[in-house]
Amino acid sequence: MKTSFTRLAMTAGLGAAVAAGGIVAASAEEPKQGGVLRIVVGSKIPSYDGHRESTFGMIHPIRPFYSLLIRVNPDDPQSSNFICDLCEGDVPTATNDGKTYTFKIRQGAEFHDGTPLTAHDIVATYNKIVFPPEGILSNRVSRFAMVEKISAPDDFTVQFDLKYASPGFMPMVATPFNFVYAKKDLERVDPEGKDPQYGMKWHQNNINGTGAFSFVEHQPGSHVLGKRHEKYHHEGKPYLDGFKAISAPKMSVRIQAIRGGRADIEFRGFPPKSRDDLVKALGDDITVQESAWNCTFGYAGNQTKPLFQDKRVRQAMTLALDRWGASNYLSKIAIVKTVGGLALPGHPLATDEATLKTYYGYWPDIEKSREKARELLKEAGAEGASFKIWNRAVDQPYKVVGTWMLDQWKQVGLNVEQVVVPTGPWYAGLRDPDAFDVAIWPSCQSVVNPIVDAGAWISKERAADNRGYYTDPVLDEWYDQMNREGDPAKQAELYRKFEKRVLHDEAHFGQVLWWHKINPHRSFVKGWKIAPSHYLNQSLDQVWLDVPDEERKQRTMDELGG
Amino acid sequence: MATLSEGRLAVAMFEEPAALKPWHVKLRDMARKQPVGVAGAIIVVLMVLMAIFADIVTPYDPLLNSYEYMLAPPDGNYIFGTDMLGRDVYSRIVYGARTALFVGFASAAVGGILGLILGVSSAYFGGLFDLIFQRVMDVFMAFPLVIMALAVVSILGTGTENVILAIIVPFVPRCARVVRSSALQIREIPYIDAAKACGFGHARIILRHMAPNVMAPFLIMITAFVGQAILTEASLSYLGLGVQEPTPAWGLMLQGGAEEFAESAPWVAVFPGLAITLAVFGFNLFGDALRDVLDPRLRSSQ
Amino acid sequence: MYKYVIKRLLLLIPTLFGAAVLVFLLLRAVPGDVCQLRLGGGGEWIDPVALEQCKIQLGLNDPLHLQLVDFLASFFTFNFGESMWTGRPVAFEIGLRFELSLQIAIMATLVSIIVAIPLGTISAIKQNTWIDYLVRTISIAGIAIPSFWLGIIIILGLLITTQAWTGTPWMPPIDYRPLWEDPGYNLSMLIWPAVATGYRYSAVATRMTRSALLEVLREDYVRTARAKGLLEKMIINRHALRNSLLPVVTIIGIEFAFLMGGLVVTEQVFNLNGIGKLFVESVTNQDYVMTQSLVMLVVTIFVLVNLVVDILYAVLDPRIRYS
Repeated sequence: MKTSFTRLAMTAGLGAAVAAGGIVAASAEEPKQGGVLRIVVGSKIPSYDGHRESTFGMIHPIRPFYSLLIRVNPDDPQSSNFICDLCEGDVPTATNDGKTYTFKIRQGAEFHDGTPLTAHDIVATYNKIVFPPEGILSNRVSRFAMVEKISAPDDFTVQFDLKYASPGFMPMVATPFNFVYAKKDLERVDPEGKDPQYGMKWHQNNINGTGAFSFVEHQPGSHVLGKRHEKYHHEGKPYLDGFKAISAPKMSVRIQAIRGGRADIEFRGFPPKSRDDLVKALGDDITVQESAWNCTFGYAGNQTKPLFQDKRVRQAMTLALDRWGASNYLSKIAIVKTVGGLALPGHPLATDEATLKTYYGYWPDIEKSREKARELLKEAGAEGASFKIWNRAVDQPYKVVGTWMLDQWKQVGLNVEQVVVPTGPWYAGLRDPDAFDVAIWPSCQSVVNPIVDAGAWISKERAADNRGYYTDPVLDEWYDQMNREGDPAKQAELYRKFEKRVLHDEAHFGQVLWWHKINPHRSFVKGWKIAPSHYLNQSLDQVWLDVPDEERKQRTMDELGG
Repeated sequence: MATLSEGRLAVAMFEEPAALKPWHVKLRDMARKQPVGVAGAIIVVLMVLMAIFADIVTPYDPLLNSYEYMLAPPDGNYIFGTDMLGRDVYSRIVYGARTALFVGFASAAVGGILGLILGVSSAYFGGLFDLIFQRVMDVFMAFPLVIMALAVVSILGTGTENVILAIIVPFVPRCARVVRSSALQIREIPYIDAAKACGFGHARIILRHMAPNVMAPFLIMITAFVGQAILTEASLSYLGLGVQEPTPAWGLMLQGGAEEFAESAPWVAVFPGLAITLAVFGFNLFGDALRDVLDPRLRSSQ
Repeated sequence: MYKYVIKRLLLLIPTLFGAAVLVFLLLRAVPGDVCQLRLGGGGEWIDPVALEQCKIQLGLNDPLHLQLVDFLASFFTFNFGESMWTGRPVAFEIGLRFELSLQIAIMATLVSIIVAIPLGTISAIKQNTWIDYLVRTISIAGIAIPSFWLGIIIILGLLITTQAWTGTPWMPPIDYRPLWEDPGYNLSMLIWPAVATGYRYSAVATRMTRSALLEVLREDYVRTARAKGLLEKMIINRHALRNSLLPVVTIIGIEFAFLMGGLVVTEQVFNLNGIGKLFVESVTNQDYVMTQSLVMLVVTIFVLVNLVVDILYAVLDPRIRYS
């Protein structure tokens, strides 16, 4: 009874369109049980502990072993709505002036080792994430700064008490790295008696979750294998018998793997040209899903250098970029597409196109725009100024777009070179204001949360990753105001002001194009819906394989044995 | 074991001084007996000409992006097609020859001269100096190129000069070793003792008396090395540690999009690959033939 | 002989020590570190507290000379420590991949022998005929073709031809299964990189076979054999080839040493989880511990193979005596 009520409430909450879609899908195609899904993953697994990591290289292979407290709706991953994963009923709303959130925890969920899940496991998990003991790494401590206390009033209730109301709280809870661990695992004692924090570190090298799949094996550098968790708390799921995540660092190998039937799907994204090639070669055997991608691709002039302290130079730089044109032609070869401001295009906070077109760098007439750029450079006495772009040795989209930007700036007479360095030294350079002139500044976030994410563009004293090295108290004030603002309309208004100052008035940051996520996969992979982030919707519990029964059996035999 | 055969070759030089024959006789010998080598020489010469007259023989600026012609297949306008930013592949290959030859010759010359001086000095001084020097060379020879290149690039930045530096590091010890083994044999020849008896300084004996006499194996090695250097540059650029965009360079042209789009836009991947192969091939053929001509032991008697 | 081996072994110590110091310094001269990459490898925001903790845990904040002493000690006690990226023991990580790299190195060496000896022999016997030119062209092309390019062409060729012939595209597997578990799967994956690298390495060996054979064919005893009226085939097989194999063995040995460290690019292209891929990964991760261990492994193999080759030389060729 309880579950059916939950579903009903969920559907009602989500709106008619999604519900209708869900019904149609259900009547048309009944998910088939069995088989093993083969994924190719382009990045590496640093450790199994989601709390300390931040790469999709561990989300794609490891996330299916774990559950979250709440998650992005797998049936509608494009929306900003969250649904319960380990909690029960509707996602709670805040009480106590926005300072208390109370979650009812689902009964009957079980860890892979048979331990039943209780509220205490969730409290232990979030205490590790929010208040890690000395010597334990947690990558999200600062973003959970609003949390005062986490407690379990009873075995199936968890309560979060906040220091102040914050719109950033729930999206942080839904962050896909917040794997729920068992309290008893976190309290494990070192059998050798050496490490007092053994339990807190146990998950770095061991896996025990409540996710749809349980861990079978990990061959470092090669693959991760998981098999169906029979006691999974979402009834009837997962559909798959297992999954195999194969490591393939080279983009061309990943594309070929799907082309040659060695893998079924890749979850990060392929270039548009490869999508076309795959469709051309395999026709109906390939299904393409596309989405705007919650990753900005921009740049910033380093304002510790005199040239970029002049805002006319910064404005000229943004004016020189033909964004509308690039959106058209770069999107044929690179994983960028959408022209937009600071918020993910399509999000309620995103600026409408008409307003956007009045900002520097977004004018529809590129010739006029370049003329203005030359004029500003002349005024600033910076005609033919020389600088270098500090770029990362990754093709998509860094080098492709970087090389394009270089060409654009040359067209207004700037003398630009590009320095491309491997990932490690690149980050190190970004953290050293003496190392670079103009930084490529991308930012990929998981849950779409523009208000909190705007924190990237406030003063360098407060934003550790401010690549422009500027100080702008006005932005800081507006940022704090909009984060405390309860009225969505006023919040949006503040966001508009904030955005215009960053992109146009001060031109601190040049948003070039938003990334565009393209996932061409084998058509028999069903039940997976593309999210606006490669971190989201990766529990794989909804995925099934629409292939003949024998093939599903064969796959299970091949990968998991009898 | 190139060392042994080249050492022997140096001795052979004194038995039958091929180097003393007039150059045109050598050239004729070569053309007649070494058609393969001549083919190599032709490739090399063509490549050099292409690099020198790049401005004349190319229809487009190699840096010109034409967004309306991205990944255009070969046709009358673009004989090798265009790459993903709409740049003319043919023009980029021709200009790429400049990059390749510059890196090839510069690293062969600088590395070769360093190796020559170090190798001859090591042989001349012998003893402890030789022993220590040999160990240092061992370290550099066995050291993986990728690490060296990564360190050089990260510390000094990317760019053609730094690529050359990275390529030279493993080359110097190889060169020094070959030169040393030839020089060791020369050191035993009485005229060096005579020079010492005359009271000449070390530098003079090394440079005036010993170095010229190890020229044959040295030249053979240098020729082959130009080819290797071109290949190494291409590999480093391909790994993202070499020449940087938008500079036209063959290895760079094969990276990224070229690979991913190779099926539907093969021209982007095929032509630069052919250019590298042909260039390295040319230098190797040429070097191989040079070896056959200069080494009298291998000269055909049939 | 005995003394010579001892002396050579002792000389390995300064070489290894030099390589150790060199790799140590080079790695640390590169800006950035493994913590920054692990915490923000996707461009994410990094918690400064977490960053500092990570550095302390991995000993990155220790003074440089202490780190060097640690590293040297670890190498000379054969306890290589844990990978800074995965936290697993270095020996475990390397062991896991060594099997695959060794198999390719052996297969590639076999390919190169199978190609080089017959081709080199034909080329020498038919010196300066079109057969000779053809063989030399083919073998030199092996050195000239960039291995990364050859790899791309092979995979693409397989995909396109299999789709054209059978309707379903086929490519080599991208995950490894050991030879004894699933020989068909294993070989269908490794044969391609083995052929690609073997062809490349056969070029030098072919050339060496040719010139060694040419030299031997001019020796007096071959002339005597000819004068006695022995069949040319017999002369080649019985006398000349056997005596010219020495330098060829040497070259193949040295190549084998190079192969173990030289599979970097090939393993990338064919997605092989071997030492080369691990090497590239640990370099890009700035995993000092792992990279140092791998470099020392490659350097050690290199110097040891060199030593073994020199000793083999002495054993096989009685004319050579080391003192």
